[in-house]
Amino acid sequence: METVLAWGHFLAGITWIGILYYFNFIQVPYLGKITPEAKAEAFTHLVPNALWWFRWGALATWIFGAGLLMNQGRFGSAFALQGPDAVIGMGAWLGTIMLLNVWGIIWPNQKKVLGIKEATADEKKQCARVALLASRTNTMLSIPMLFFMASSGHASGLF
Amino acid sequence: MNPLDSIPGTITAGFVLTVVLYVFVKMLVSIV
Repeated sequence: METVLAWGHFLAGITWIGILYYFNFIQVPYLGKITPEAKAEAFTHLVPNALWWFRWGALATWIFGAGLLMNQGRFGSAFALQGPDAVIGMGAWLGTIMLLNVWGIIWPNQKKVLGIKEATADEKKQCARVALLASRTNTMLSIPMLFFMASSGHASGLF
Repeated sequence: MNPLDSIPGTITAGFVLTVVLYVFVKMLVSIV
């Protein structure tokens, strides 16, 4: 069970963070350089698909991660940042904040940018800015998140 | 100037945050 939960957490996590890094390091600079027509094509055929795998990967990552902590009997102590479980707990908190960012800020704003939800041109510009900052925030948070996740199993000497 | 407006700024902010949170968690772990 532990292996299945960890495996699912890795698969979903790689999907989520891989697409997060794709958005921030590759797609944003690309969309800034192309023609408006090419951008419209990307918004129709590329970005919605990327966002689908991104947001569902995020949810799956959290569910498998929560399941893993519950299976180990330390869901409560991790989120309470108690003793040695504070290490994985910090990773869990950062991951949780990142998940809430995806579903609560990035996706609602992107729906307006992509025209899935009605918005004026000015609103779309504002939503694009908010979505970018939220996505950059998640990129920033992923760095300590991965540190605590890796440290909890492999670097107990650090703590 | 918002560090999140650049990729190097974002990554640097991530490493800085890691150090800050490491110190905080190390303190939490040492509480018996």
